[in-house]
Amino acid sequence: MIKIWNMKKAEGSGPKKPKTSAAQIRVQKDVTELELPRTMKMDWPDANDLLNFFLTISPDEGMYKGGSFKFSFAINSNYPHEPPKVKCVPKIYHPNVDLEGNVCLNILREDWKPVLNLNSVMVGLQYLFLEPNADDPLNKEAAQDLRSNRQNFIRNVNRSMAGGSVNGETFDRVLKDAE
Amino acid sequence: MSMATQQTQDWPGRYYHIDQILDKPGPRTDPDAFVGGDTARDFLRNQCKVLVIGAGGLGCELLPNLALSGFRDIHVIDMDTIDVSNLNRQFLFREKDVGRPKAIAAAEFVMKRVPGVTVTPFFGKIQDKDEEFYKQFHIIISGLDSVEARRWINATLVGMVDEDDPESLKPLIDGGTEGFKGHSRVILPTMTACIECTLDMLTKPTVFPICTIANTPRQPEHCIEWASVLEWPRVFGDAKKLDNDDPEHITWLYEQASKRAAEFSIEGVTWSLTQGVVKNIIPAIASTNAIVAASSVNEALKLATNAAPPLQNYMMLVGTDGVYSFTFEHERKPECPVCGGETVNMTVNKDMTVQELIEHLQETQNIQIKKPSLSTSSTSIYMQAPPVLERATRPNLEKKLSELVPSGTEITVTASTLPLKLSLRLTYS
Repeated sequence: MIKIWNMKKAEGSGPKKPKTSAAQIRVQKDVTELELPRTMKMDWPDANDLLNFFLTISPDEGMYKGGSFKFSFAINSNYPHEPPKVKCVPKIYHPNVDLEGNVCLNILREDWKPVLNLNSVMVGLQYLFLEPNADDPLNKEAAQDLRSNRQNFIRNVNRSMAGGSVNGETFDRVLKDAE
Repeated sequence: MSMATQQTQDWPGRYYHIDQILDKPGPRTDPDAFVGGDTARDFLRNQCKVLVIGAGGLGCELLPNLALSGFRDIHVIDMDTIDVSNLNRQFLFREKDVGRPKAIAAAEFVMKRVPGVTVTPFFGKIQDKDEEFYKQFHIIISGLDSVEARRWINATLVGMVDEDDPESLKPLIDGGTEGFKGHSRVILPTMTACIECTLDMLTKPTVFPICTIANTPRQPEHCIEWASVLEWPRVFGDAKKLDNDDPEHITWLYEQASKRAAEFSIEGVTWSLTQGVVKNIIPAIASTNAIVAASSVNEALKLATNAAPPLQNYMMLVGTDGVYSFTFEHERKPECPVCGGETVNMTVNKDMTVQELIEHLQETQNIQIKKPSLSTSSTSIYMQAPPVLERATRPNLEKKLSELVPSGTEITVTASTLPLKLSLRLTYS
């Protein structure tokens, strides 16, 4: 007979019945304890499904000030072993975001660790708007523009945010008053 | 031995070596737990029911090891069928078995070679089975290749533990290998560190920075990742999801990756590398499997017979430079989302509202949770923050609990004052 059964009897700690997945519990904990800055807004298409939501970032300084950028978050049951899947919803002109909405942020891929949480990702995304990084480009033209002529890049950002075209590519209007 | 005797029952001296450790205690045997002789033999051979999860590289070693150690009621579950590439290390399978379910072929092979052993196969996913199924076993041994499946069986076994029924605690022996490295560990759900407690230390899959993939590929792997991570969703959108097990999908990726590799003068993109990268395949080594499986079955034998104390509780094996192994004790994590946190049973009036429950949780002496957020696996009952979720769940405050949560359903309570969560099980009066 298996000895631990007797040990268990003596110990008698409470039963644990986790019907809710570990990923769900982590997300509930992450989300309800977030202290969102004024520049961030979250919304859930379905409040009963915490694992899928949108985050809108409206930078209040930097080159992207005045714009409002919506990201979709999809968290699977393997969170936090796997990072959340994040995409930028509108088509934007940014060195680290491509035209399909893929985002180049290290902690969303190669530097993700289970000890990180949603807050780390959100802060990371906000940082991309304050300091676009021309060294790790996803949109090569935008990165090239930023490197070669900062003033011109800022003009392009403003034109793109208003729904105009840059380098022959038309972008979505993301100005805050547009909402 | 001739075929004729193989088909019959036990051959003379079959259990001679195993009986050496079952009949009398050894130097490290716990005298209070060990009852040698017939009792130990009888439990091992006639009562003990063991489940093997996975009939792949590890499973094909675990099954014969168990059968030859004297376990006679063995069950095996696996969702895969045999691929020709398995035959170099999954020694229970032959060329004629290609395409057959692994669990069934493995069970047949072991029963044919080890008379008197019953191996019951199940061809399907572990998630297809419920607690009733897992309850029937005394010991569960896993030889899995995915983190997700490990987390699932771990959470299921932890959830099955009932304090009034010691036998509801099922020891889980988890084996794993990755190339020349491996581990075996013993998990006593709710008593020792579980898979979730130690999630932070798992090897993570190799991923490349997305900017490298997009702009500066240097390796064939970068081209393959480009095809699967960027090109596939760009071309097919949401309409067609990439299926790593579909050869046609792999072929498409291979073709795209090859074109890109040519563009950047990178050599080495092949079909099998493409498959390897997207499925994150690490070459498996037969001898690593053999070592880890031997250790796992050794633990099963010790648990079933008390002939020696079990592993405390994690053995790692590194075979990359020489052969190194180290054993240490993983500690439980108080804030583990699976085995940590208390469960509180509460009987409440069937007319109690969500608001009243929250007040009750805040005021009750031994609970006193500030600003609790409450949910079940399918419903957000009330979320304190962020404001948009609070607004969306606020109408529930007025509702009766009994309308939102069936009796006995577990409610997950989180709050900043809790390490992670509290589980609440309500019954209505």
